[in-house]
Amino acid sequence: MMRRQREGVLFDGPDWDFATIQRIYDAVEEVASGDLGLDVYQNQVEVITAEQMLDAYASTGMPLLYRHWSFGKHFAAHDSVYRKGFMGLAYEIVINSNPCVSYIMEGNTATMQTLVIAHAAFGHNHFFKNNHLFRQWTDADGILDYLAFAKNYVARCEERYGQAAVERLLDAAHALMSHGVHRYPRKKRPDLRSEERRERERQLHQEQTYNDLWKTVPGKKRGHNKKTDEEHLRALLELPQENLLYFLEKTAPRLKPWQREILRLVRHIAQYFYPQRQTKVMNEGCATYCHYAIMTRLHDQRRITDGSFLEFLQSHTNVVRQPEFDDPHYGEINPYALGFAMMRDIERICRQPEDEDRQWFPEIAGSKDPMGVLKDVWANYRDESFMLQFLSPRLMREWRMFHLVDNPDEPALRVGAIHNEQGYRRVRQSLARHYDMAWLDPDIQVVDVDLAGDRRLELHHNVFNGILLQPDEAEQVLQHLADLWGYGIVLKEIDPSTGATLKEHTARARSPFC
Amino acid sequence: MYIIDRRLNAGGKSLPNRQRFLRRAKALVQRAVADKAAERDITDIDASAEVAIPRGGVGEPRLRRANSGGLRDYVLPGNKKFVEGDTLERPPGASGRGSDAGDGEGEDEFRFVLSREEFLQLFLDDLDLPNLAKRRLMTSEAFGIRRAGYSVTGSPPNLALTRTMRNSLSRRIAMRRPSATELAQLKEKIEELENGPPESAEKLTSLRRRLEEMDRRSRQIPYIDPIDLRYRRFEPVPRPVTQAVMFCLMDVSGSMTEHMKDLAKRFYMLLYVFLKRRYRHVEIVFVRHTHEAKEVDEDTFFNSPETGGTLVSSALVEMKRIVAERYPPGNWNIYAAQASDGDNSSADRGTCTVLLRDAILPLCQYFAYLEVGAEDEGHRIGFATHKTALWQTYEALVEAGSEIAMRKVNHRREIYPVFRELFRRRSDPVEQGAS
Repeated sequence: MMRRQREGVLFDGPDWDFATIQRIYDAVEEVASGDLGLDVYQNQVEVITAEQMLDAYASTGMPLLYRHWSFGKHFAAHDSVYRKGFMGLAYEIVINSNPCVSYIMEGNTATMQTLVIAHAAFGHNHFFKNNHLFRQWTDADGILDYLAFAKNYVARCEERYGQAAVERLLDAAHALMSHGVHRYPRKKRPDLRSEERRERERQLHQEQTYNDLWKTVPGKKRGHNKKTDEEHLRALLELPQENLLYFLEKTAPRLKPWQREILRLVRHIAQYFYPQRQTKVMNEGCATYCHYAIMTRLHDQRRITDGSFLEFLQSHTNVVRQPEFDDPHYGEINPYALGFAMMRDIERICRQPEDEDRQWFPEIAGSKDPMGVLKDVWANYRDESFMLQFLSPRLMREWRMFHLVDNPDEPALRVGAIHNEQGYRRVRQSLARHYDMAWLDPDIQVVDVDLAGDRRLELHHNVFNGILLQPDEAEQVLQHLADLWGYGIVLKEIDPSTGATLKEHTARARSPFC
Repeated sequence: MYIIDRRLNAGGKSLPNRQRFLRRAKALVQRAVADKAAERDITDIDASAEVAIPRGGVGEPRLRRANSGGLRDYVLPGNKKFVEGDTLERPPGASGRGSDAGDGEGEDEFRFVLSREEFLQLFLDDLDLPNLAKRRLMTSEAFGIRRAGYSVTGSPPNLALTRTMRNSLSRRIAMRRPSATELAQLKEKIEELENGPPESAEKLTSLRRRLEEMDRRSRQIPYIDPIDLRYRRFEPVPRPVTQAVMFCLMDVSGSMTEHMKDLAKRFYMLLYVFLKRRYRHVEIVFVRHTHEAKEVDEDTFFNSPETGGTLVSSALVEMKRIVAERYPPGNWNIYAAQASDGDNSSADRGTCTVLLRDAILPLCQYFAYLEVGAEDEGHRIGFATHKTALWQTYEALVEAGSEIAMRKVNHRREIYPVFRELFRRRSDPVEQGAS
């Protein structure tokens, strides 16, 4: 019976029904879990219409999110572009949750559905489940419940405190969202019970080792090594602090509990998306590599027809197209293209390494187990470290990458490095840095609060390469920040090499939240 | 794996967010809508529209690095001839390239599509129909029919089956009427015993007696009793009149140029769209006149040329006749808008005054007079200095206490402001109606 099912094509022509989807899913799963050995959350495939896809776009892909005008704005923009035919919709959206929800559009052909299931339900799903950033920072089991809670909570606050008040708070929180993530795990605060236990143990130890003679030994004068008041306060406020939303939630003096809770909601959602921002290339590369492998395997097994395979190849090549820098269509490096190319390259290095690869990648060259290597890569790296490790000279040559420097002190742009022996490492380093969030997001920290005086908050922006903040936007964000803090703030843009203040922004709380 | 079909889920999940967005950007969108309306063709004023608003008004600021300044570097694919150390001219327009520029941030306008409803809502926002008080005072009202619970009597087509059966069931349970299955079970058991050994004869008799008893009971207690019957009840409710007729009166004599007709047409169009949002059913009557008046269809009204003298009262007479014939004021809200270049024969003045004051105005909810002028006239001579014959006639009427809304329009761009001014929401409509 099982054998009979395995033979024969899965579908013929573009039409599909739910039985077809089930058949496709089973075939894809067989390849994905069997041949590739992917490890995925349970899947939930949802069929939606184009309009629902637009809805999903507007709420950053989440199935449910609290209400806010900015989502309406994004919806209006997407809607307008889509109607004019400038933009095709994505074939799928996948949510990092357990079970992993993938949306597929009703308008897709059967081939596209196969591609989408292979791409999202297995490729992305494997990545979500295994990558260390997602494991560490996101809670796939709880996210849907949490979003439902957030939505209800915001709705309740609107009922209670008025839509205008909640909207203003969300505006302010959204403005700070990019600086509302923890980049490193925090120190766990000891709870009361473990504190007590420690105290007891210490006392016990002292009692056991009590010796009256110690009294006679002259000791240090008391209170000598005490921290200064200032240091003590800074420690209490956990300064310096780069998670602005966290800092406000915990310490802003005038916020009401419900306002703190909403800041917390926004912060959690920002944190949930943070790994996705850091792994765009890898995530798409992983999914694209998987769908390519699965579709090819299905075609080899004669489970999809040559026609379907050609249809797949066409949309696949569209997805991984990378225009060159002088092409009018060039926008930026296509994460699908780069990700896919690198995954294939790793596979090549494992299978047919050249001398150069042996020299550059001694650990993996010729290992004959590309899937094992790839799975390890998918689990343990993020975009930046992935590129720093695995971008091969051969790929740089194929892409003909070069590094261009725009130094304001020089009259013209300068080519810093190209794809040659002297340039490989520099090109690779610069490219990797473009995927480093710590490098892309401005480094802004709360450094001090004038607690003895007017409670003014002081923030520093450590300026890299002389790139300041976008002034008009910074001003608006700082106004939000001042309103949340409830008192004045000052943001100093500081050159870390000289310590000189390049620019200073100030804001007063005009209409503080309270 | 689960496959879930979400296509039947209610769509429009983004609708509340969209409404919030529109409300937030209301002032900006409204200005855009007014601009759009001015440049639009009359025929498609009633359609969806793409509008553009300044991006700054609905911006979502973030702390991000500036688009320009500082030391920047890029890694680009597709090198053809560069070697290390080559220099390139800076492209004009600074260095906006690279991943720093967010998507679409470069555009200074935010464009999106408003649906037909949204467009009209914003377009006609805070406009109101004057003299609604009069409508409330009107005695003659149409009656509609509405569901109003259940009754114990009624006609068979109105039988509420579910309700009736529910009553019947509860009554049968309460009266312990044996059910069909119970009877069937009993009969089966008796049959079994009949074929069984003879020693169960005693039990057989008792069972038979019981069956007899149950039969009797089910005959006595009917399956459906007249007590159970329930009928859906309907009751008539008064409904306010929600239909309107709009009279378009226009002078088409030789002195009316195409430009003037176009102005008039725009005004009529706005009025039509506006009435349509307030009333369920709107009819339009086109009456054009030279020295005699005729009811015509829309195309003729606007396009077919006509020559002759000018006698405004002829149109008023025609309107009065049509009202008497087809639109009893008790059932219809009557609106009239007259467009003219202001010419009228001086002999007609008295007739016009009397007709308007005694016949037309009492019929109408609203009477608007729009005087259309040549495009360049407004600049040369203000209408304060030069009053046309018709304007003087109507002005006298207004001074005597009649309600006529009068405006003079010379240019296309004035139509919309004039329209808004005429229908601006009064702070206290009741008081307005009473005065």
